[in-house]
Amino acid sequence: MSTLDTTLETHSDEHHGPASGLGRWLFTTNHKDIGSMYLWFSLLMFLVGGSMALMIRAELFQPGLQLVEPGFFNQMTTMHGLIMVFGAVMPAFVGLANWMIPMMIGAPDMALPRMNNWSFWILPFAFAMLISTLFMTGGAPNFGWTFYAPLSTTYAPPSVTYFIFAIHMMGISSIMGAINIIATILNMRAPGMAMMKLPLFCWTWLITAFLLIAVMPVLAGVVTMMLMDIHFGTSFFDAGGGGDPVLFQHVFWFFGHPEVYIMILPAFGIISQIIPAFARKRLFGYASMVYATASIAILSFLVWAHHMFTVGIPLAGELFFMYATMLIAVPTGVKVFNWVATMFRGSMTFETPMLFALAFVVLFTIGGFSGLMLAIAPVDFQYHDTYFVVAHFHYVLVPGAVFAIMAGVYYWLPKWTGHMLDERMGRFHFWLSFIGVNITFFPMHFIGLAGMPRRIPDYALQFADFNMVASVGAFLFGLSQLIFVWNVIACVRGGRKAEARAWEGAEGLEWEVPSPAPYHTFAEPPKLPESLR
Amino acid sequence: MSSSTYYVPEQSRWPILASIALFLLAYGAGTLMNALSAQQGGGLGVALLLAGALMMGLILVGWFGNVIHESRSGLYSEQMDRSFRWGMSWFIFSEVMFFAAFFGALFYVRVLALPWLGGEGDKGVTELLWPGFVAEWPLLNPPDSARYPGPEAVISPWHIPLLNTCLLVTSSFTLTLAHKALLRDELIMVRRWMTLTILLGLIFIGFQAYEYVHAYQELGLTLQSGVYGATFFILTGFHGLHVTLGTLMLMIILGRVVLGHFSSRQHFGFEAVAWYWHFVDVVWIGLFLFVYVL
Amino acid sequence: MGLRIIKTIGSGVGLALLAPASLRAEWGLNLTPGVTDVSRSVYDLHMTIFWICVAIALVVFGVMFWSIFHHRKSRGAKAHHFHENTLVEVIWTLIPVLILVGMAVPATATLIKMYDPSEAELDVQITGYQWKWRYDYLDHELSFFSNMSTPREQITNVAEKQENYLLEVDRHLVLPVDTKIRFLLTANDVIHSWWVPALAVKKDAIPGFINEAWTIIDEPGIYRGQCAELCGQDHGFMPIVVEAVSKEDFDVWLMAARAEKEAQVQAAERSWTLDELMQQGEQVYLQACAACHLPSGEGVPGAFPALKGSPVALGDVSAHIDIVLNGKAGTAMQAFRDQLSTVQLAAVITYERNAWGNSLGEAVSPAQISRLLQSADGEGEQ
Ligand code: HEA
Ligand code: HEA
Ligand code: CUA
Ligand SMILES: [Cu+2]
Repeated sequence: MSTLDTTLETHSDEHHGPASGLGRWLFTTNHKDIGSMYLWFSLLMFLVGGSMALMIRAELFQPGLQLVEPGFFNQMTTMHGLIMVFGAVMPAFVGLANWMIPMMIGAPDMALPRMNNWSFWILPFAFAMLISTLFMTGGAPNFGWTFYAPLSTTYAPPSVTYFIFAIHMMGISSIMGAINIIATILNMRAPGMAMMKLPLFCWTWLITAFLLIAVMPVLAGVVTMMLMDIHFGTSFFDAGGGGDPVLFQHVFWFFGHPEVYIMILPAFGIISQIIPAFARKRLFGYASMVYATASIAILSFLVWAHHMFTVGIPLAGELFFMYATMLIAVPTGVKVFNWVATMFRGSMTFETPMLFALAFVVLFTIGGFSGLMLAIAPVDFQYHDTYFVVAHFHYVLVPGAVFAIMAGVYYWLPKWTGHMLDERMGRFHFWLSFIGVNITFFPMHFIGLAGMPRRIPDYALQFADFNMVASVGAFLFGLSQLIFVWNVIACVRGGRKAEARAWEGAEGLEWEVPSPAPYHTFAEPPKLPESLR
Repeated sequence: MSSSTYYVPEQSRWPILASIALFLLAYGAGTLMNALSAQQGGGLGVALLLAGALMMGLILVGWFGNVIHESRSGLYSEQMDRSFRWGMSWFIFSEVMFFAAFFGALFYVRVLALPWLGGEGDKGVTELLWPGFVAEWPLLNPPDSARYPGPEAVISPWHIPLLNTCLLVTSSFTLTLAHKALLRDELIMVRRWMTLTILLGLIFIGFQAYEYVHAYQELGLTLQSGVYGATFFILTGFHGLHVTLGTLMLMIILGRVVLGHFSSRQHFGFEAVAWYWHFVDVVWIGLFLFVYVL
Repeated sequence: MGLRIIKTIGSGVGLALLAPASLRAEWGLNLTPGVTDVSRSVYDLHMTIFWICVAIALVVFGVMFWSIFHHRKSRGAKAHHFHENTLVEVIWTLIPVLILVGMAVPATATLIKMYDPSEAELDVQITGYQWKWRYDYLDHELSFFSNMSTPREQITNVAEKQENYLLEVDRHLVLPVDTKIRFLLTANDVIHSWWVPALAVKKDAIPGFINEAWTIIDEPGIYRGQCAELCGQDHGFMPIVVEAVSKEDFDVWLMAARAEKEAQVQAAERSWTLDELMQQGEQVYLQACAACHLPSGEGVPGAFPALKGSPVALGDVSAHIDIVLNGKAGTAMQAFRDQLSTVQLAAVITYERNAWGNSLGEAVSPAQISRLLQSADGEGEQ
């Protein structure tokens, strides 16, 4: 192997650029290349998962069965949820982490670069396998992204086996990615950078990575038990053998609830970078931000059964999970208040990243409030498995996680490409998205409260009007994402030259290096500015 | 040891190849299982599975070979060493959580589900569905004994399992002694203690295999014999896999000791495998207590 | 069409955001207070939390928009330099805690009320099936299935949709008012969830386990609900209709229901012609079998086997009867012995053996089925 010989030179040869051709992407160990691949992959998955959402919304435009069969509708719902969660949101955050963490802490690259590449390349194969189930006899998984047994075991289509292995692969990828991020942050900071000076994006990711390592194996465990029940005659989820279908739900949600915070903590990090930059004022309450993030992570292990209030849990359990869930509002509130206090008496401007960040704060909080309502167990009996829940989680996920990702992309694009983005188009994208997202998901609160269950392809007549509204909004929101795609591509290809500090108020190591950032940023550990020591 | 800059490997073919191998493994396993459950031959599945496994094996050899080579060429700094250490520790933590899922299932079944099925506790009305069912542990008569015929008996903890406990605990000690010897650069002693550790591991695996045969052939304790068998085999099975893997890794490390790869100053590979071995040992203690004894 | 959409968006979003709570209820935008003591507590709790959230939102967003407006660079705002204040941070940690405690108190009270363990006067066992409900009045030896009765033509948009589209069933769950009723919930195949909003009862029906719930209905009336847990293809098509009646009417209804059952048993004893059986068989088939095997009997490849030309429908009659009566373990094929009456069983088997070109020309008589059922029961008792 010639790897060794070439690598020996790396250090002496600092302006070593990327390799050319396809090999650059297949064999790379460069955190920027890998970050880009994660981000492009995530965008692709967002479009695929979004198209499935549009299929759902098209069917729900009117009562009656219009476009698809109920069985296929369930496949769409399932695949939409899985692809958005595991294919769009999580890889996007890992991509941002790959790009930004080494730059923010002054590291030459990620701690384990080859493993980094492996973490990424598992994903396309895992999703190829998942999506291939759509073409199998019996169809794709049709039991919801929460795949409750026994619908997902005894009563599942044969493709469930491939689904299980795809989940295993995604788990391996996430765990390795998380290990890499932890090792990088703990071990690769430029000399002198204290933990309590770490940019918040790194802090939130550190804690997210811990969550990932703690819960992805549990997900692997639960799908393994499914596999055993399906193919090897065990009875984990079958009362006939002494098991319990509800056991599945406990294990799943032990993973599942931390999982939703995996999808929001890095978003908190991004927002905590952007708001100070455009308010031209230091983040308010840095320390409490860190503690709040940690508290959310710890609490997230104690609340899983709030997804299961109706499965028949003893009163004491119900109360415990209700109280623990409500408590999460406190640290989350601290974060929201800190953001507002950062803006307070700042000197604000409203470029595209900031617009998305502001929308995040408002709309995420609305989603948080509906979450709090869901946490109240006796009332959750009425909300559970209705569109009220769908409204809740889309508010925290779409104008929450997805808006934060877009804010982050707009914010850091100049650093990646060396070009400023088209601000007018960015704003246009923002306003269409902002309006679209609310038209889509706000009415879902009402149809949920009025009694429409989720995961149904057809509904009673009293829900018709608001479903129509939501469907129109979904197409508006979906199509406006094409502007985003266009804008990003345009920015990669050209545009006004970006300065090293692309945004006036932006602080941090990443803004000290030129735009675009050189292929190998810090071959030598940088000298830290005063503010980071 | 090289300078203070961090070693970033240039490019590598291993990750993408390993992804392909993983894909083949997974796709093959899926195809095979589906074919078997549908009572068809699993030709394609077996082929893919084997291809994937073979490829993965070769890749691991090559990839680790690369790493070892780099390490021996002095490319790695102490900082790099720390990255590996963090990596290994968090990997072991992820393994702990994997087992936690199965232990959780075991506790849930014993503490909640079975009593409910037998008419006790908050969901005791469930008894109506399973008249005559008695909750007991070990579960010899599952609620639906026609579909899940219970075992005649379960394995007594005080024979092979106790012996196995002694074996594994001893092996943890011998491995520590090997480490101590390594720190004193007494390579001969390292070799002796490691050989002993590996032997203990192999004997453990042998006993475990014997126990499985016994369970299947004489006790009727199988995967299909209800939730006792399910939890028993998934926990001991995954543990056994880990012991097997650990023994293999110990063998490789022993080989590297023989080749003179390690010194008192530089032996992360050794330590990583030792951590892994201790972890496997600790899991066994948990198993012995909760699966066999209690 | 376009106009309608715009109007809907306009009125919907506009009203939704601006309308006061009273108006919302009429527009079907909110929970209903329901017809039980518990459901009213739940409703009040819901409104309380809702308004608390609105109040917090007003304060937080108020400050935020105030800053956005006044502290913008374009208005010459200069950034101040404070970035920490322990006192403020402690305060805004404590205030939410207090608010939460304030919410937790009524929530706990309501929950405890829901878990009231006192004796019930009427026990109803509810069993979820793919995709229908079975109701057993445990103390009255009465049980029946309740299927959605909305015609397929309405679902496929061939016929005009009627008022209770998707929310109507062939047999209501009839319950007396002012009576403490206990529901024992379980399922036959996958997890379902029995939900009637007006009663504020939603409980999962889990195969192999029994969950309990209870209610005391205040007002006679018809209350509709739906299955609330994804249970497969026709999850959206298994509604629930509760008919609450006075205690006297309930007793009358019970008598009538039992008499009807008696009549069914007798019907099995008379002789039936092939045509009669085919006619009834078609109805039964469409209601009980067509969801999976399709009205054309062609099934769904890979998921549900075809009956048209199938070896079972054309082969040995006893094997055919067996699979319909007892189902096939590990598949979606259920045991229909308890779901259908003897006549219905005979009719549907006859139909399957004579429809879509499966023309065997022989009828399976109700008496034949009835003999089989009796001998099987006898075996079970030994
Ligand atoms: C990014 C993802 C994300 C996030 C961040 C959250 C955040 C929260 N979620 Fe959500 N949730 C989901 C994703 C998420 N959720 C998903 C995907 C599901 C459905 C899964 C499925 O079934 O498919 C779900 C479902 C779900 C349920 C189950 C509902 C049901 O099925 O019946 C519940 C119940 O308790 C819940 C609660 C909460 C709470 C209390 C929070 C809290 O963290 C919110 C805290 C935030 C605030 C409260 C706002 C800000 C705070 C203040 C301004 C301070 C002052 C406030 C007060 C004192 C009130 N969520
Ligand atoms: C991060 C996660 C995430 C995101 C971003 C979204 C985004 C969207 N979701 Fe989400 N959704 C979930 C996670 C997410 N969802 C989950 C977990 C569930 C639960 C699943 C379950 O019940 O099991 C769910 C369920 C769910 C339902 C309920 C289905 C049901 O219960 O039956 C609905 C219904 O309206 C819906 C709608 C939408 C819409 C309209 C969007 C929009 O925001 C999407 C916008 C994006 C696009 C529309 C893409 C645009 C692309 C094009 C227009 C061009 C296409 C071109 C090419 C392919 C090249 N989703
Ligand atoms: Cu039954 Cu959904
Ligand atoms: Cu949750």
